[in-house]
Amino acid sequence: MAESYRRSRWSNALFILPYMTVFLSLLVFPLFWGMWLSLNKSDLFGGARFIGLKNYYRVFSDPVFGQAVWNTVIFVLVSVPTLVALGLFLSLALNKTTRASSLLRGLFFSSTVLSVTIVTLIWRFVFIPGDGLLALLFDKMGWEQIGFLSTEGWSLFSVGVATVWWCLGLPMMLFLAALQQIPSDLYEAAALDNASRWRVLTRITLPSIKSTIVLVAIVQIVMQFQLFGQAQLMTNGGPAGSSRPIVLYIFDTSFIRWDVGMGTAASEVLFLIILLAAMVQYWVTSRKGEA
Amino acid sequence: MAVLSKKNRSFSPDKLTSNRALFWIAAVFAIVMIAPALWVLGLSFKDNTLLMRGSEAVFSAPYTLKNYTDLFHSSLVFRWFLNSMVVAVGQTVGVLTLSSLAGYAFARLEFPFRKTIFVIVLFGLAVPEQAVIIARHQMFSWLNMHNSYLGLMLPGMSSAFGVFLMTQFFRAIPKEIDEAALLDNTPRFRIFWKVLLPLTMPAQATLGIFTFLLAWNDYWWPLISATKKDMYTLTIGIASSQRNFAQTEGLGFLAAQAVFASLPVIIVYIFFQRNIVTAVSGGAVK
Repeated sequence: MAESYRRSRWSNALFILPYMTVFLSLLVFPLFWGMWLSLNKSDLFGGARFIGLKNYYRVFSDPVFGQAVWNTVIFVLVSVPTLVALGLFLSLALNKTTRASSLLRGLFFSSTVLSVTIVTLIWRFVFIPGDGLLALLFDKMGWEQIGFLSTEGWSLFSVGVATVWWCLGLPMMLFLAALQQIPSDLYEAAALDNASRWRVLTRITLPSIKSTIVLVAIVQIVMQFQLFGQAQLMTNGGPAGSSRPIVLYIFDTSFIRWDVGMGTAASEVLFLIILLAAMVQYWVTSRKGEA
Repeated sequence: MAVLSKKNRSFSPDKLTSNRALFWIAAVFAIVMIAPALWVLGLSFKDNTLLMRGSEAVFSAPYTLKNYTDLFHSSLVFRWFLNSMVVAVGQTVGVLTLSSLAGYAFARLEFPFRKTIFVIVLFGLAVPEQAVIIARHQMFSWLNMHNSYLGLMLPGMSSAFGVFLMTQFFRAIPKEIDEAALLDNTPRFRIFWKVLLPLTMPAQATLGIFTFLLAWNDYWWPLISATKKDMYTLTIGIASSQRNFAQTEGLGFLAAQAVFASLPVIIVYIFFQRNIVTAVSGGAVK
């Protein structure tokens, strides 16, 4: 009967049972277990002793953590605007139905599908002193070579270059999708008024995709705050911790020094930051839906 | 491209929004973008002893396939490839199965606490990997599940994104379709399996490709879970090869590994570009 379809039944929940089992055991439980671990002094294989917020105190008074937070914030502040600006530029330049534009769009997005290990390997071939692509170029130009990955002022920057190369495709595609949504009668009206390209860009195009720009920026903030593989593989945080981000600090603390309490405490701090950004994202998207 | 559709209209906004100069700047930028990849591709076809004398040898003959044939003799790279395949395919099948079942129930069936449970699952979307990975590592140590295929695939199946996507997709299917079947008192699983599931194939493709890529490219979990060399995934294997970059067996051989490891995803990308763009964009925004 059609009515029985609407009726609430326990047996219907059997359909969600498989997923909920995995969800509860591999996401919910470790989430709370991680919080519990952050309040304990423990090693990775057993013994634990409740010590309250002491791990958090240790994390916040660790200058290495302070440096990692600083590095991450700088990294986010530079990489996110770069990604947004380049993505926006590419979407405006390639928002056409021609074959050439389509090909270039495909090219700019292609690096996104590579794994972090391949991206870093490629960029190591570019950055290594002596044999790297940039070293060759610098030699040709008669410039002095730079140890991109081994110099304090350059290491985080080099990680950033590889990151932008890897992540650029997504902002571009999100902007392109937004540009497609702009009603074309807006442009028809502008054409009747003989509006200049610049006026069209600043009065029609950019205001129409404003919420997407904000959305892309937040998505990128959340992603770049979690910088890990690129830094770990290209510089391992060095030299002198100058390119160590928060996640690498968590990794080193938990899985190299096996200080689980401190590692989980640091990860809860990062979780809070990301949760905050995610809440802003939710707020922005739901407002976008109303408009 | 999915995002561009040709419109048969006399007026084209192209004229006002695009600009030849912008396009050419983008084209030059594309060369900068692809240069590193071409550089590695070039290195992979060069003899290692030639490269020892200087990497500018790339720009002139002779070229060789030796690095690739060496790759075929180095059995470990193929073992890693196989591991990645097993893990990525397994995780994809798992995610599709769990998400479809749960998505159907959340969209179509009534059961106690349905709304509350769904909201809790949605909260799962906001949990980043590093908030759970240390505890997960400990759990898998207790269960002795590190260095196993199941141990590598399972954590990825807990992601709420698939459930979210499939729920939305099942909701979008007109109710009349399955209500007709219900009048005949068809069991619910049969309706799900025979009537609705075939209609979700586009979503299955999107979610499937997305999950496959995510699993294939995953770095952190296999890095700490697969510690035995023969249980490495390709991603971890390539990472271990580049760790001693300075005293490497040869730049050319390392470059060939990079090319070999990226081939599967590049091929998948060429064939499923549209689905991938849709899936990755959707996955990022949620």
